Amino acid sequence: MTATVATQARGQARKRAKSWLWTLLALVIIGLMLFPFYEIVNISFMHETDILQYPPPFFPPHPTLDGYRQALSTAVGYIQSSLIYALGTVVITLLVATPAAYALARVRAARIGSLLLFVLILAQMAPGIVVAISLYAMFSHLHLLNSYLAVILADSTIAVPFAIIVMRAFMIGIPQELADAAVVDGAGHWRIFWSIILPLSRTALITASLFSFLFGWGDFLFALILNSNPHHTPITVGIYRFIGGFSVEWPSVMATAVIAAIPATILLTVAQRYIAAGITVGALKE
Amino acid sequence: MAHVVEGAAVKAAAPTLPQVRSWQRRDRLIGLLFLVPAVVYIVVFYVYPILYNILMSFERYTAKSFVTGEAPFIGLGNFRRLVSNPDFTTAVWNTVLFTLGSLFFQFTIGLAIAVFFQRKFPLSGFLRALMLMPWLAPVLVSGAVWVRLFDMDYGTINFVIRSLDVTSQHIAWLTDPHLALISVLIANIWIGIPFNMVILYGGLQDIPGTLYDAAAIDGAGPWEQFSYISWPLLRPVATVVLLLGLVYTVKVFDVIMSITRGGPANVSQTLNTWAYSLSFSILDFGLGAAAGDILMVVVFVFGLLYLRYAYREIREVGQ
Repeated sequence: MTATVATQARGQARKRAKSWLWTLLALVIIGLMLFPFYEIVNISFMHETDILQYPPPFFPPHPTLDGYRQALSTAVGYIQSSLIYALGTVVITLLVATPAAYALARVRAARIGSLLLFVLILAQMAPGIVVAISLYAMFSHLHLLNSYLAVILADSTIAVPFAIIVMRAFMIGIPQELADAAVVDGAGHWRIFWSIILPLSRTALITASLFSFLFGWGDFLFALILNSNPHHTPITVGIYRFIGGFSVEWPSVMATAVIAAIPATILLTVAQRYIAAGITVGALKE
Repeated sequence: MAHVVEGAAVKAAAPTLPQVRSWQRRDRLIGLLFLVPAVVYIVVFYVYPILYNILMSFERYTAKSFVTGEAPFIGLGNFRRLVSNPDFTTAVWNTVLFTLGSLFFQFTIGLAIAVFFQRKFPLSGFLRALMLMPWLAPVLVSGAVWVRLFDMDYGTINFVIRSLDVTSQHIAWLTDPHLALISVLIANIWIGIPFNMVILYGGLQDIPGTLYDAAAIDGAGPWEQFSYISWPLLRPVATVVLLLGLVYTVKVFDVIMSITRGGPANVSQTLNTWAYSLSFSILDFGLGAAAGDILMVVVFVFGLLYLRYAYREIREVGQ
């Protein structure tokens, strides 16, 4: 009896040790995959002269915050613009997508619903460059070029379809009885939407907002084409200009890159479950 | 459209009082009002730009056209000039190579990692989430560091290659015309792996564990389990991932712009970045729009396939 317990315990210990071996292997894979990000952080703490060393240093030989100081002095404006674009994209996207998701999930008019969804999924596949060139012409006529609004409206084209699909998939799952009870009490669509469906859809609203924020924050194409006002340049276009020169000041570029990657990093650590859910629903659910 | 709504209302509320029926119809119409912002948005920001691009591609549309509003119709003129441009073949060929290369490696590596994470081990969930970083960070951030990694003299990639004694030469990843496209391809594969991994992992999770248990009892090893269980059951998800990946890869812009900007001398230009440079460097918007048209045909053909496939397969899987 005791012997079998001992063997079992030993077997379990071996199993546990073996599973940590898998963790180790996973760490190696992730180390390889995330090495470029390590390199960003690594270089961001270097001196200009460390950049010209061979072999390339694996750690900053003389760590310094010079890169960050320089980045912050030039990038404050970029960060501010990026924040405006990102938050603006969240607002426009939620305003357009939330009511649409409600109607597609809860109003029985199936044919219009699937037609709209069809157009939406297909339309968002249009190459950004095509949309951008046409919007350039349109905004130029409307004298909207170089305004925050122009880029925000364009950035939302990446987020709206995704937000509608994610929120609709979520709203379909809310039990009909909850809305029925409200109908008995004489509630119309607006009240059901505002006081029942919206509060229950918090997860989906957060997922849609997070992704809209990331889309707006990470956009490069629309800001590059629709904006030439240096005061409205976002951090992505800023980096693009930095790395385009003949001699690149790598530590400050990489410090800027670290700052640009902050939102994604925060979301990845704080809001993991929303992100994995968002990717899967966006790609696979109709 | 109106008669569709009416028909549905009648069917749903057949034997009731007329008032109830009209109330239901009104209720449905109010519900449809919720679609108005989205419909307006779709028309203004997707349908109009797409149609406008098609129109532009048949006009001599230059920088002057923005001021004067004049853009004479020239029929297929832009397409003729586009096809006879010496860079056209390069751009098309690059688009094909870039897309197929990205799809193949993103998918196989993504699948391998997804299979790896099928096993439960300490911290597996957290580590899997970390893998998403390349996909979530702004592409320009990744592009910037890849420029540095590919640096001929001080880049890590050449350092590793030389340390392994593959070659003692400094490879000019970004400036050698034969390598520029391969360099952006490598960076793009890296960016796309997480997306493939997440979705394929999700697909693997949906396969009932009892199937593997049964196979293990029958003596099937890991490879048999993969090729007789995982792969056949994963096929619908794999198709969706590949079709969607194709649509998105054809449109890749940021990666190429940040790493090579289509250079040197247009050798790493795809149809997408070329359309940008035709429009905004050469200021020949009609020509850029024509390149955009070709892209749209590709994207929409595969987009339609994706829609057909995703709808049908998901419905079957759901049952």
